[in-house]
Amino acid sequence: MLRNLTAFIAGGLFGAGLLVSGMTDTTKVQGWLDIFGDWDPTLAFVLGGAILPMIVAWNVAARRARSVLGSPLPEKPGSQIDRNLMIGSLMFGAGWGLVGLCPGPAMASISWGGVGGAVFLLSMFAGMYVAPAFKIRFNRMAEAIS
Amino acid sequence: MPDPDNNEAGPVAMQTGNTDMPMDWIWGLVGGLMIGSAAAFYLLVNGRVMGASGIVGGLVDRTGWSTWTERLTFVAGLALVPAVLKPFFEAPVSTNITDNVPAIVLAGLLVGVGTRMANGCTSGHGVCGISRFSLRGIAATIFYLFAGGLAVIVFRHLFGSI
Repeated sequence: MLRNLTAFIAGGLFGAGLLVSGMTDTTKVQGWLDIFGDWDPTLAFVLGGAILPMIVAWNVAARRARSVLGSPLPEKPGSQIDRNLMIGSLMFGAGWGLVGLCPGPAMASISWGGVGGAVFLLSMFAGMYVAPAFKIRFNRMAEAIS
Repeated sequence: MPDPDNNEAGPVAMQTGNTDMPMDWIWGLVGGLMIGSAAAFYLLVNGRVMGASGIVGGLVDRTGWSTWTERLTFVAGLALVPAVLKPFFEAPVSTNITDNVPAIVLAGLLVGVGTRMANGCTSGHGVCGISRFSLRGIAATIFYLFAGGLAVIVFRHLFGSI
């Protein structure tokens, strides 16, 4: 029960941070990606500001065996940069740039995002739903070619 | 980086309560620190990586069904808290999303499939990955920034829309 409350708090603080930083505004995200236009530096400050507390947190986590609520802490992921990471990130980036929303801000802005925001979320959920099957098919195809 | 000699971006703009462009980077930094604190809290208290696509994706494809309550309450906080806070903002808050529906559908599908294939998005790979100097996180961030920049350039400057 307690971990549901702390998850709510974490999600809430994440959402509040997205709202305060302006990252729920698609024009600010696209303005940062648009290096040939009227460049908006905000996103760099958001990412930089978010990384700072997390550097501290990872260092604290490295010295602990378990989280405060007793879960094992996440292991360090492998370092292999594989096809899925590359192609997936390129696809994600293309969608992100096209409309200016990524999963966090899309959910944080659901209450004022209107029809456009809802259509984006539903499409994103549909994408997530078909992703495992797409991944298998894509890799089979890629292996057949190479 | 802000120009230190540019008064508009400095304390003068702050004192006059100017909420236009020059102040945005300060709010970006404050909001960023809040996002990072949320991720730090979720890591150290719940023992989880705060990746938006992973948390919600595990609900959608049911791979994370064993921890569904924790995921759902996270998403509830993420959606509800900004809804409650929004009326207290002086400046109008809008997503300014395009009204091009096919573009929105295509973007949503790409974001959904792409983040699940790559196992992370801006929060998981960007915030949580870079901060632990994970090669995968850094590589993913380079790839999605490259594709994002390319998409904006192609659609804004070549097609002149979106």
